[in-house]
Amino acid sequence: MKKIAKDKLSLLWKKIAENYQLFLPITEGKVVNFSIWEEGAEVDLNTLRTVNSPKNIIFPQTETYLKFKKEGKKLNLEVVANKGEYVVFGVRSCDVASFKLLDNVFLDEPIDKFYEESRKKGLIISQACLNPQETCFCNSFGINPELAPEGADISTWELGDLLFWEAQSEKGKNLTEALGDILEEVIEDEQEKLNQLKTGIKDRLKDLPLAQINPETIGGDLKEIFDSEIWDELHRRCLGCGMCTYVCPTCHCYDVKDYDGNKGGERFRCWDSCMFSDFTMMAHGNPRTTQKERVRQRFMHKLVYYTNNYKSYACVGCGRCTEKCPVSLDIVKVIKKLGGERNEL
Amino acid sequence: MSCNCHDDPLVPVIAVVDRIREDTADIKTFQVKKPKEGLPFTFKPGQCAMLSVPPVGEAIFSITSSPTQQNFLEFSIKNVGKVTDCLHQVEEGTEIGIRGPYGNNFPVEEFKGKDLLFIGGGIGLAPLRSVINYTLDNRNDYGKIDIVYGARSPKDFVHSNDLYHNWVQAEGTDVHLTIDKEFEDWKGNVGFVPQYIEELNFSCDKVALVCGPPIMIKFVLEVLEKLGFDQKQIYTTLELKMKCGIGKCGRCNIGDKYVCKDGPVFRCDELGKLPDEY
Repeated sequence: MKKIAKDKLSLLWKKIAENYQLFLPITEGKVVNFSIWEEGAEVDLNTLRTVNSPKNIIFPQTETYLKFKKEGKKLNLEVVANKGEYVVFGVRSCDVASFKLLDNVFLDEPIDKFYEESRKKGLIISQACLNPQETCFCNSFGINPELAPEGADISTWELGDLLFWEAQSEKGKNLTEALGDILEEVIEDEQEKLNQLKTGIKDRLKDLPLAQINPETIGGDLKEIFDSEIWDELHRRCLGCGMCTYVCPTCHCYDVKDYDGNKGGERFRCWDSCMFSDFTMMAHGNPRTTQKERVRQRFMHKLVYYTNNYKSYACVGCGRCTEKCPVSLDIVKVIKKLGGERNEL
Repeated sequence: MSCNCHDDPLVPVIAVVDRIREDTADIKTFQVKKPKEGLPFTFKPGQCAMLSVPPVGEAIFSITSSPTQQNFLEFSIKNVGKVTDCLHQVEEGTEIGIRGPYGNNFPVEEFKGKDLLFIGGGIGLAPLRSVINYTLDNRNDYGKIDIVYGARSPKDFVHSNDLYHNWVQAEGTDVHLTIDKEFEDWKGNVGFVPQYIEELNFSCDKVALVCGPPIMIKFVLEVLEKLGFDQKQIYTTLELKMKCGIGKCGRCNIGDKYVCKDGPVFRCDELGKLPDEY
């Protein structure tokens, strides 16, 4: 295990940025989001949860993948792929776990090559959560924010003025070696302090208000849950704004669109939302005609459909939807209601 | 690090619209092949392909030709939206993008030795035609073939050459046509497809393949069950809004199944396990 004094981090970032595009949680205006680091950027490693998840780095919100040109009856297509190597620093355990959930979809056959390329070129540096928030419930999905999350190439822990650093993958080891003159070895005493820190985080998790959320309490098979009466009430307040799907680190639905630039143009994909009425609209009609069907689709996907297909829930308990939904219609309520809590509003 | 993004399933290849036939006022059949010659890919009856007409976009269509047709793919396309309208304005010789094939297929191997009952409504004949022509090209492998087809009027019959000639003349094959409302000089049956199936009173020892508007499919299934068909003998092919064709863009699911990947062909007992949201 290595360490670095926190006041030397900008040196470390500078060194990484020489060879990679470096993303860090950066304050812009009043919000903290992952953005490309430049010297002088206002890095914020304390904010637990960025407004947007770092999903857009590995699966861009808008991604052009094809250029086309038409000349008379001729059509010319050219693939666009120009992603460079990048590092994302300060990814929380929930968000690291969400990458694996996206992998399940995009790296399943037939493999999404653009996504695969994006994942190959990325190096993920996780940051343990010292102070999980009231809206956190990652533990409910088997995520332990005090540990090195599966899928991180390097894991870090803050302790006082220090940041502990441990390579988890081959990629992570290589970068750690390349940063050899900036990082120092951890001494035994510090290692012990780190273990205490981890235990402390674990204890704090137990006292969080959402600690008892348990998706396993959801009973019934697919059709029973689909036909549950909770959907009749629950959807009524949904505004269909789609906020939940955009801030959600595991939502992966996308649209494919063409941009017409006179004789040539581009084809791109962009995030889409099952909350929108035209998401499933076809010439002959719409199988999800009201917000009830759309709300049900989103939560059924997270808690039942995805689970049937990939043996894992499509939620990491990051709490973004609980914070951002303008009408407080979030997955915590749905899990509670499906789990039989009748008093939940 | 080499990128193999060129092989990405979302990237189309160039194909040429070689010939266009006008079937009805709003349906055209397009013959599509590789720019030089041949099929852009091999496929099985019931599979789909995504056609691209930049800058308007992409849409998914079932392949209406049989895999036994080695020279071109055929698509029968009704003009109903942006992409289909653009395709209808395309001239012969125009290059388009194509990717596929997508989805599963009708299990034609399992159908061997069995009598087949094809039930189509309107443009729903398109995916069935691939199987019909496949079985007719392998005639000895299959038993009696009945084709029931309905449209609004005789003017709306897609593939009329098959309906009036090729299939009628094929060995051991009966074609039963019906139209929704009385029409000048029409001497055949008048009435909706589900009713007509009931009147024809088919024996239930066949495999039924059904495709048409969702409402027709639902009523046909009821009638077939009434005639004694087990759900395991009935297959249908569905269509929902699709963008990727590979089970990732997230919009064509019925329950935990993606129509583009786990379908479009479903055996009705399997379909019965899914929520009624299609």
